[in-house]
Amino acid sequence: MVNIRIIAEKCIGCKICIRNCPFDAIKVENKKAFILENCTLCGSCVSSCKFEAIEFERDENKGTVDLSSYKGVWVFAEQKNGVPAQVSYELLGAGRKLADQLNVSLSAVIVGSNLDDAIKELIAYGADNVYVVDNQALKDYNDELYSDVLTQLIQQYKPEIVLMGATTYGRSLAPRVSSRLNTGLTADCTGLEIDTEKRLLLQTRPAFGGNLMATITCPNHRPQMSTVRPKVMKPLDKDVSRTGQIIRPEIKLPDEIHTKVIETVSTACEMVNLTEADIIVSAGRGIGDPKNIKLVEELAQVLGGAVGASRAVVDAGWIEYSHQVGQTGKTVCPKVYIACGISGAVQHLAGMSSSDTIIAINNNPDAPIFKIATIGIVGDVLEILPLLINEFKARLGK
Amino acid sequence: MNVIVCVKQVPGTNEVKINKETNTIIREGVEAILNPFDAYAVEEGLRIKDKTGGKVTVISMGIPSVVDMLKETIALGADEAVLLSDRAFAGADTLATSYALSMGIRKIGNYDLVICGKQASDGDTAQVGPSLAEKLNIPHATNIRKIEELKEGYIRCQRLTDDGYEIIEMSLPAVITVVKEINEPRLPSLKGMMKAKKATIPVWTAADINADTERCGLKGSPTQVIKTFVPVHEIKSELIEGKPSEQASKLAEKLLSMRFIKCV
Repeated sequence: MVNIRIIAEKCIGCKICIRNCPFDAIKVENKKAFILENCTLCGSCVSSCKFEAIEFERDENKGTVDLSSYKGVWVFAEQKNGVPAQVSYELLGAGRKLADQLNVSLSAVIVGSNLDDAIKELIAYGADNVYVVDNQALKDYNDELYSDVLTQLIQQYKPEIVLMGATTYGRSLAPRVSSRLNTGLTADCTGLEIDTEKRLLLQTRPAFGGNLMATITCPNHRPQMSTVRPKVMKPLDKDVSRTGQIIRPEIKLPDEIHTKVIETVSTACEMVNLTEADIIVSAGRGIGDPKNIKLVEELAQVLGGAVGASRAVVDAGWIEYSHQVGQTGKTVCPKVYIACGISGAVQHLAGMSSSDTIIAINNNPDAPIFKIATIGIVGDVLEILPLLINEFKARLGK
Repeated sequence: MNVIVCVKQVPGTNEVKINKETNTIIREGVEAILNPFDAYAVEEGLRIKDKTGGKVTVISMGIPSVVDMLKETIALGADEAVLLSDRAFAGADTLATSYALSMGIRKIGNYDLVICGKQASDGDTAQVGPSLAEKLNIPHATNIRKIEELKEGYIRCQRLTDDGYEIIEMSLPAVITVVKEINEPRLPSLKGMMKAKKATIPVWTAADINADTERCGLKGSPTQVIKTFVPVHEIKSELIEGKPSEQASKLAEKLLSMRFIKCV
């Protein structure tokens, strides 16, 4: 039986565990700690206790999986029109390190149609093997078909690790596949390492909007699966002299299909897609009027970036929901995030605080956004933006 | 159309702050709330009921006090709500959660559509919807922003993608997860509140839903949290002072020196 309990003789009622509990599930009464019923058994308190007064037993579900029969690191290479998504190369960069540490091969898996160019790219970016399922019926992403194909491949070749991009498609495909395989999946990882002794993947991910980081393992089931946040991992330098093996497995497509994508509409044509953008210029309520969105768009365009927005701006109907960054919108991680007239509510910060460089332009020097900004400008955003656009235009020769 | 809506109780995260001295989370007066995305899921269920008739049943898994949150969904107009609650469910990861929910949904039975919020605000994984669909052996679509057509055995809906949207057709029953754009949630009615007051929310244990306890809770979870820590953000903040034109010029210079911006 799984159990967590306080050893009353050792507990001195110091309350350190209370501060370390992410779920507010411990109370102290009469100088002794008590675990409340909303405990999720996350184990955070156990290591925080300096007196070893918290006992956490879990009889591990060993499973019936022969762990040693699973070998190799796989990267699912998401593609569109035969072109791999940027995150695929980032995953190969991360996967290369993991594979080298485990002394196994790194494979890319690509599903789609007309993939010859993509295969060369995947090898140039670090794949030792490329598993290719090239079929006209698989040209565009389809949850049902892709999950069926990927499950078959994993069952046939038994990789120990499968990495996928935490994109819209990846976050839909990965849980479908892991659920069918009854294995573990960790969402939206920002750190991957190997415990070389146990040959385990250590998956680190943010929770509570980035206020808490958790490291997660999948000890007794295979493969160990993660979706990885775009823009966090670094791709290797492209090397066209690299060689790799191309494997074209036999796959049986399902006879009956219940999901059909009948139309795909790209609305991001004028701008770069938010989750893949290196630069995001984001509009907050401080821009004052819907017509000023144009300034934000123009700066984004000059910089080759995407347009983001705070919830307030979306709720006011100034810009479409697909631009919203934050807890109820998108989580982004660009190299540069320029917050224009955004005060920085916790919910907004949750969606962008892991950006490399944050620039805040706001007239209120006490706005919370300045606390996380790398560079701040206290000033009128409507005055600064046109000046900034002109500066860049002049300097970039546009 | 009978709709089942899956909801989760989460900490109201507004108050999550970090104590700089001890580097731990301060949770002063954090109340438990309905996961923000799930409010849209409940609303969409109610809208389907308003249009096509049928029933909306809300299901959640959690500690016994979650019944109060489920009563709120009755006040909004849900016909019934059930809570899965058992120590055997504690410590569930997304796989074990999906399994338990699927067993609860099988017990409710006779449904056309299952609606979940896109993701929960505490874990942000977005995994339970697709994983649940797999356990129910029915199709799923995530990030739905609009249901275009819904009829016996058929749904056509718009799914938000990374660079636009796509239109998806599925046979029913199916699972969809919804984003905020799909609707604007209603407020509870007086009549609803009266009904909620009188409502009893059934609480089902693992045994009640015939769930294999080996597949529930921490025991049934392949993933294990081995460490949690508060990230250290070492931010070297710098303010650019001066007249607006000087500020703009200095900022442009700094950004260009970082070499992210390509001259095209």
